[in-house]
Amino acid sequence: MTDPVPPQALGTGDYPLSEKRPDLVRTATGKPLDSLTLDAIAAGAVGLADLAITPQALTMQAAIARAAGRETLARNFERAAELVGVPQDVILETYELLRPGRAKDKQTLLDAATRLRRDYGADRIAAFVEEAAAVYERRKLFTYRF
Amino acid sequence: MPTPNRWRRFAEWDERPLRLDRFAVEDAANGFAAVAGLRDPEPGLTLEGGAVAVMDGVSAAEFDMIDTFIATHHLDPEVAPEAMALPSQTVARMLVDVNVPRAELVRLARGMTPAKLADVVARLNAAEITFAYAKMRARATPGNQAHVTNAKDDPLQLAADAATAVAFGFDEIETTMRVSRNAWSNALACCVGAAVGRSGTLFQCSSEEAEELRIAMAGFTSYAETVSVYGTERTFVDGDDTPWSKAFLAAAYASRGIKMRCTSGAGSELLMGYHESKSLLYLEARCLCLQRAMGVQGTQNGGIDGAPLASTIPGGVRELMAENLLAVWLDLECASGNDARTSESEIRIGAKILPYLIAGSDLICSGFGSILKYDNSFNPSLFNGEEMEDYLVLQRDFEADGGLTPRDEPAVLAVRRRAVEVLAGVLEALGLGSADPARLDSVVFASGSDETDSYRPGEVAVLSDAIQRRSITVIDVLNAMTARGFREEADNLLSLLKLRVSGDYLQTAAVVRGGRVVSAVNDPNDYRGPGTGYRLSAQRRAEIHAIRDVLDRDAVLRAAARQSRREAGRIAYRTMGPAARGTDPREVVIGISPAFGTRLYETLAGHVLSDVLRNLIDGIAARGLAARVVRLRHTADTSFLGLAAARLSGSGIGIGIQAKGTAVIHGHDRLPHNNLELFSNAPITTLAHYRRLGENAAALALGEWPEPVVVPQRGEAMGARYHAQVALIYAIETGLVEDGASPEQVAVTFLEGATVP
Repeated sequence: MTDPVPPQALGTGDYPLSEKRPDLVRTATGKPLDSLTLDAIAAGAVGLADLAITPQALTMQAAIARAAGRETLARNFERAAELVGVPQDVILETYELLRPGRAKDKQTLLDAATRLRRDYGADRIAAFVEEAAAVYERRKLFTYRF
Repeated sequence: MPTPNRWRRFAEWDERPLRLDRFAVEDAANGFAAVAGLRDPEPGLTLEGGAVAVMDGVSAAEFDMIDTFIATHHLDPEVAPEAMALPSQTVARMLVDVNVPRAELVRLARGMTPAKLADVVARLNAAEITFAYAKMRARATPGNQAHVTNAKDDPLQLAADAATAVAFGFDEIETTMRVSRNAWSNALACCVGAAVGRSGTLFQCSSEEAEELRIAMAGFTSYAETVSVYGTERTFVDGDDTPWSKAFLAAAYASRGIKMRCTSGAGSELLMGYHESKSLLYLEARCLCLQRAMGVQGTQNGGIDGAPLASTIPGGVRELMAENLLAVWLDLECASGNDARTSESEIRIGAKILPYLIAGSDLICSGFGSILKYDNSFNPSLFNGEEMEDYLVLQRDFEADGGLTPRDEPAVLAVRRRAVEVLAGVLEALGLGSADPARLDSVVFASGSDETDSYRPGEVAVLSDAIQRRSITVIDVLNAMTARGFREEADNLLSLLKLRVSGDYLQTAAVVRGGRVVSAVNDPNDYRGPGTGYRLSAQRRAEIHAIRDVLDRDAVLRAAARQSRREAGRIAYRTMGPAARGTDPREVVIGISPAFGTRLYETLAGHVLSDVLRNLIDGIAARGLAARVVRLRHTADTSFLGLAAARLSGSGIGIGIQAKGTAVIHGHDRLPHNNLELFSNAPITTLAHYRRLGENAAALALGEWPEPVVVPQRGEAMGARYHAQVALIYAIETGLVEDGASPEQVAVTFLEGATVP
């Protein structure tokens, strides 16, 4: 990795990163974009993990979105950055819990939030789930649906 | 038999496709109101200590989930006091004012409540909404999205149709399945097809949320848009979600590098039974504020599945436009509906698309049916494979970029052939079976799945299960393409996958053009009046013009040259010197135009001029009179051809005829445009009509008043069918006109018949 650039320093002029700032983009395994070639794939040197987005890329896109005046989009990218490292089954379980009537009570959601914060450092996501828990309680969403 | 007491026209109207559409009366209490719901709140906002205390008449303690989410995540307390204080009428005028920049309006929207936003756009008429939409949409360059599905979930056809859609220029393609277990097969087939001929087209496979995410993570798909939101709490819950579950899903998609937009649209709450007596527009304003609050980059909006219902309500189509305007005003990418077919009337369909076509949109249709209607597994779209050329012509008519590019037959056939070959090669290399070449052939040439002899549904299910069970990913597909020598397609697919790493296509309104991301960030809509914003480049203009089978002067001349050789064997025209005024009262002069038989040889109805002339002459002879042919060189105009012929005629009656077949009977003592009989509809004038024309001219010469010949027409759009040809042909006539040139006597010899002096 080259010198890290603080993402907040990025602006719309750095976009698209793949064209304007390829120096800042690395795959999850630390490879530069131009190492993603058909030959490298055929040789097994590049795999599916190298074609995934990274928390760093999402943080940089959040900075660009913010610079373009899109604060809510930026926040979504920041929540997403926290979810990159969260395994698929945990993501799907959390999503399922957030659906109406899936969690039996408020505590179930609060416990899920705690796990996300503790195991994955997903502070924003955890706060978001806690916010939902409060609203679901007020709106009586912890009711039996099926 | 006409029914007594009924104007028969109503019975005829009953038979038109329009009457298959059912219309609903406005009924605000029951939710059938476009913009003025019985319980729509007055706009209002009270902030206390930087938090929302009252929004649109509801206090924070009474907020439902949607209110809470909007108050927490959409409303910007820094902007709200200023924005809410502006009179709605003032804001409405700002939306259509070229001097108020888009960015300023986007800023103000962050401080407006749903009722305020709805109140503003409801004040605009349809033209103003269209204009405001053109100004406010996020990305400058318009785009379009295609549905690619078929009734058999046949992977070969999916690949061929995906490649075809990509060739016509669609920026996104979306598939879904007839049978849900076929999702993996559909995803792989479209992913391969979309890599043919163009670098990286965004692709989605609409399926159950968890499966859609898994398919995306396997690398086959790159965007999703099935994340629905609703405008009332009960509808949301019945839709089995909440704003938080959907917002979580939005973050989850972004965390996998998948572009995502939500879906919302008028009528969903009405269809799902919980409309709260609120208008379509107000409920949709809630949906859209919610989507901005969730931080999704865009929306699929404008009725969507509810569009047909919205279209039954008075002003419903205007409301669909208004909600799309709200979406772009809230700075969301807008895949602007024009998706579910809203009418059986082709006139309503054409009218529905026009505002979007001329205003442009990030994705004009959020599902243009690139396949035939019966193959569309989502349901027929507003426009479908059947009507794609109509759309291409509308682009050309208005010089409006609808995101598509006409392609000629060899080009389309080539990509279809290539797509099935690549897919068959990939399947074989992956050990997923080999496709019979006859299957490939049947798909390449087929317009729809009724005509194919390809994968059977049972085989598709096995294939799809195998892809899933063996955890085949896009890496395996890339390797299979490389191994089979489909390097170009592998490069195209890889270029899209690389963009996932940088996340560039997650930004608002991103599409991939020529392997590069184009979005509202690097291609922002900067419309500020005439001369600004998106304009067709010379190259793009030429692309849009290039529909197939257009006429030009050379084509007309080539056709004439072919006819010339055939006519040479049938008729000879011999010039006998200047034509004199006749004295024989039993003659009728036929005045032929300058190009008649010299440059042009066939009427618009396709009758060769030798046959036409013979029938005129025979008709005159049938009444015992003689025809005399003169060529007029000073005019090509029908009236003057006829009048000049009449003035030369011993009987005072003449016929004027142009090479294209337009003819007139004239009298020597009449005003130029006050003829005796006019045969103006050359394309439907038969040889029998020309014979009767000759007979009537002779009858008039004999002092009779014959029954005029009626050439019956059935309302054909003659101008549309023939005027381009007419103008080209007539220019050949007028090019031969010489001022003051005197008429020439012509001896006509029918080569298998008699000579007429």
